[in-house]
Parts: sequence; structure tokens; C-alpha cells
Amino acid sequence: MNPHRRHPLILVSTILVYFFLYAPIVVLILYSFNASRANVTFAGFIPTFAERVQTKGSVIVASPCGPFHWFCELSKNRDVVNAAKNTLTIALTATIVSTIIGTMAALALQRYDFKLKPFSQVSLYIPIVIPEIVMGIGILTLFSQLFELLNNSLGLSGDSRLSLGLGTVIVSHIAFMVPFVTLVVQARLQGFDKSYEEAAMDLGANEWITFLRITLPMIMPGVLSGALLAFTLSLDDFVITFFTNGPGSTTLPIYVYGLLRRIITPQVNALSTVWILTVFVAVLLLQLIQNREAKA
Amino acid sequence: MLKRLRENKSVQGTLLATPTMLWMLALLIIPLLLTTVVSFGRRSPDGEVIYSFSLDNYIRLFGFSSDCANGQASCFNPLYLQILWRSISLAFNTTVLVIVLAYPLAYFIARATPKRRNMYLFMVLIPLWTNFVIRVYAWMMLLRKEGAINLVIGWIAQALHIQFAPLDMLFTPGAVLVGMVYEFLPFMILPIYTSLEKIDNSLYEAAADLGANAMKTFMRVTLPLSMPGVVAGTILVFIPVMGTFIVSDILGGRQVILVGNLIQRQFLDARDPTFGSAASLILMIMTLIVTYFYTRKFGFGEEIVVA
Repeated sequence: MNPHRRHPLILVSTILVYFFLYAPIVVLILYSFNASRANVTFAGFIPTFAERVQTKGSVIVASPCGPFHWFCELSKNRDVVNAAKNTLTIALTATIVSTIIGTMAALALQRYDFKLKPFSQVSLYIPIVIPEIVMGIGILTLFSQLFELLNNSLGLSGDSRLSLGLGTVIVSHIAFMVPFVTLVVQARLQGFDKSYEEAAMDLGANEWITFLRITLPMIMPGVLSGALLAFTLSLDDFVITFFTNGPGSTTLPIYVYGLLRRIITPQVNALSTVWILTVFVAVLLLQLIQNREAKA
Repeated sequence: MLKRLRENKSVQGTLLATPTMLWMLALLIIPLLLTTVVSFGRRSPDGEVIYSFSLDNYIRLFGFSSDCANGQASCFNPLYLQILWRSISLAFNTTVLVIVLAYPLAYFIARATPKRRNMYLFMVLIPLWTNFVIRVYAWMMLLRKEGAINLVIGWIAQALHIQFAPLDMLFTPGAVLVGMVYEFLPFMILPIYTSLEKIDNSLYEAAADLGANAMKTFMRVTLPLSMPGVVAGTILVFIPVMGTFIVSDILGGRQVILVGNLIQRQFLDARDPTFGSAASLILMIMTLIVTYFYTRKFGFGEEIVVA
């Protein structure tokens, strides 16, 4: 029996599901070249380049950037640029911290016995089995009550008052990212051959040298995939950010959500297109790296 | 002292785990406890929390008002119970639909040659990594009265000379269901694929040698062995659908209100954190009960981390 043989019905449903997955994305990208300002109907592409934007009713007939009009507008939009900066700042900082402390916790849980071990292991599963909104409003309540208490008792006023901002978002992101890093690294440690470490110790290396020269390089793929998972979770996060961000710490998903509830121009589509292309390139690079690793 | 530390494995382990545990304590355990405390509190006229021990929020959530004791005839109001029920049934329907759509695709990928397998998986990852909010927006563009779906149906109708009035699909329960299925489909495909891919080919050969036909092989070999993936996928789909408020907000408008919307509004518009906290605790308890019984029956696979 050929292991690659499949029923024709499976082929048909596969094609349909892929169509279902991609049709919305294709439409979204198409509309980012829309000549219509209102973005309600598709008015075709913007046909010509010109020094100034020329319109006929609500349809743009010429633009300095031609069909790429909305992408040019996007790059001039300071809110978008700021939101992008915030998103990256939050994701990078939270990834670094959660990767370091998550890897430490994975080592502790896999290698050592200590009193709180069962409790620690269980607490890591909580963020996975409770809805994100529960965690989000819990953290919001904590911060608002804590800040109120501190502001009143320390007599802070004006700009020095503690409030929601980049800091609270980063701290909260770390909280939901750490369990994922720990579980991924733990999975990697499970298949770990201890004899390499024992050999290093026999040859006179101390614990630190053994860790830096043997253990860390061996678990590095696990640490990196944990970090990558954490990074994407942070970039994609809406709910936790929604409840913990303040003025000046808007991220891209929050910004887009805000726009959807008001007025929608093809600029939102242009932003989505840039996002999708970035993801496409990132996933492609990742696959290439993984393939190379698998071959080596 | 340092030497003793080096020899004491228990202390070392505790130290290594401390930063993570502090983080989980401060931003997970304490917030959950605080939510519990607040849910028993009362709301002051200006939206502040007054700490007390009152069951009013829970009584209200289950459809009774606190002045019911005064002997009013019809003070039962099932509004919030309806919202809870709507959320559960939507989560259930979404999960079932997602399994039906995801299983054949996961099977297709798992049975492909290794080289093509990577490409097919890559094609699942792209929509998954495209931002959640952007994916809801895409459906908004498709479902609107002037949207792409009506446009295409209109063209077909025109070609066939049939009268066609554009359908109002946005802001309906169906729109929310489609949006949820779309959002969470990849979370089901990946774990099912992972468990299908693990199945050894020799098992299929053995089944064939012993005279099982394709249907029987599927029912007796493939399906049971892929259950851990289905279970992991169900947890990854059911729980977030129960708590999500963006999809219903954007695609349901004010028509489809789920527990997530209820909680969000208590914290932002209605400014009653105590009632919002009570709703959020009930939501958490419901998902924990479902997860508990579900995993106890089918087991808890490591597939959950893979996705």
C-alpha cells in the first residue's frame, strides 16, 4: 500500500480549506491598491503617476506613488510609525527577559528537585487553560489598584503619577510568554543525553564551563524556538495589550482595532499588506534555516 | 556558604525557578485572587470598587436582582444567562466545524512526501501568523453589503440573468461563527498534523496485511492514534473562543454579545469592575470544568505546546 495515497475527497476538501484560508487575505491585499477613498467598493487601481494627488469624486485618478498611493500615505502616518516602534520595543524586551528566565525555570524543573516544583509546573499551565481576557482584566485590576494606592500614599501628582504605559505592557507580556518558553525548552531537555556533561566534568570542567560549553549549545535550538514563539505571541497579542496599554503605548493591533471601529480607508489594508508580507518573509527565512539545520 | 550552595541541589533549583515563579505569582496568581475579591465587592456611584462581601454580582449574573426578596412577581431576567449560553454554544459549534475542516487537511499534509509537507505546513503558518485583528478585518471586507462576496455572487447572477439583491451578512451570528472558524482553524490543523505524522507506516501495512479496508484502517488505527492532537486542538480552540471579544465586536456589531464583550464593557464602558470580575470568574470556572472533563476522558497530549 502506498503511504502517500489519499482519497480524492480529501484532496477536494484540502483545496477548499486552503481557498478558505487564503481568499480573505488575497482580497485584503487587493483592496490596499484601491482607488476609492471610501474603501467600500473596489474602484480599480490608481492608473497614473502625477506630482499631486488628483481625484474625481471619491476616486483617486493620479498620485505621486501611482498604484502604491496608500503605502506612501502609510509611511507618512506618524501614529502608525509610533505604533510599529512600540510593538517592536515591547516584543524585543519581553522576548529577551522571558527567554532568559523561562530557560532558567525549564532547567530547574527538569534537572532539580525542590519543594515548590509541582506547584511551579502546574502554574505554568494556567495561562494556557484560562481565557486571555480573564488574565487581562486581572492584571488591569492589579495595576489600577496598586497604582492608586502608591499614588495616594506617596503623594504623587501630575506627570510623576504611576499609570499604564509601555512598562505595564512589557511586564504583562512577559507573564504570558514565560510559560511557553519554559514548556518548549523543557521538551528539548527531556531528550538530553547527560553523558556529554559528565564527560566534561570528568575532564575537569567546573559547572559553569560545562553549562556554557556543553549544555547551552546543546539546548540552543530549543531556546531559540521558544524565543521565536514568544516573540510572535507578543507581536500578535491583542487582549493583554488592550487592557494594559496607556496613552503613548499603542501597538499596531490596538491601532488597527481602533480604526476598525471608526473610519476605514485603504490605508488599513496597506498596513495589513505590509504586515502579511513581513510575516511571509519571516516564515520563509525560518523554514530555510530549519531545512539547513535538518540537513546538517 | 558558596560551597554549600553548590552542593545543595534543592536550593539551586529553587533559585533558578524564582524569577519565573515571582512573575507568575505577581501577574497571574495575585490578579486571579484579586479578581475573586473584587467580584464580591460593590461598585460605588463613581465606578470605584468598595470591598465588601456581597453576592449581588453573582445573583445578578444568574438572572435575579437583589431586590427580588421584596416579593416582586417577575424579577427573573435571563439576559446574562443567555449570553453565557450563547458563548458556550458558539464555542462548541466553532470547535466542531474547525475539527471537520482541519482533519482532512492535516491528514493530507501528513500523508504527503516530506518535501511537499514543509510547503503545505508553510501555507498553514502564513494565515496563522497574520495578525488576529487583521484577519477579522479581512472578513469584514468580505461580508459587507458592498463586499467581495456579494460582488462575486452579483457577477454570477448577472451572467445567469438572475435577479440578486445583495445579502446583509455582516453583524449576524453567522458572520461571527465564520470569523471564529477562520481565526482558530490553524490552531487545530497543527496539533492534528503533529499526531498524525507520528503514526508509523508499518501500522498501516499491518492493518492492510490483516485485511482491513481503508475505512476500517482509519477507524481503528488512524483516528484513535490522532486523538491526542484533536484534544490539544480542541483546548486551543474552545478556550479562546469562549473569551474572545474582537470577533463578535467587529463582525457581530451590537447584535452578538458574548461573555467576552460583557466583561470588556464592564471594565471600559459601564465601569463596573465588580460585575465584570464576577462574569470573568464564571467564564474561567466554565472553561476549567470543560477542560477538566475533556482531558480526563481523552488525556492531555504534548501536542498542545507544538502549536
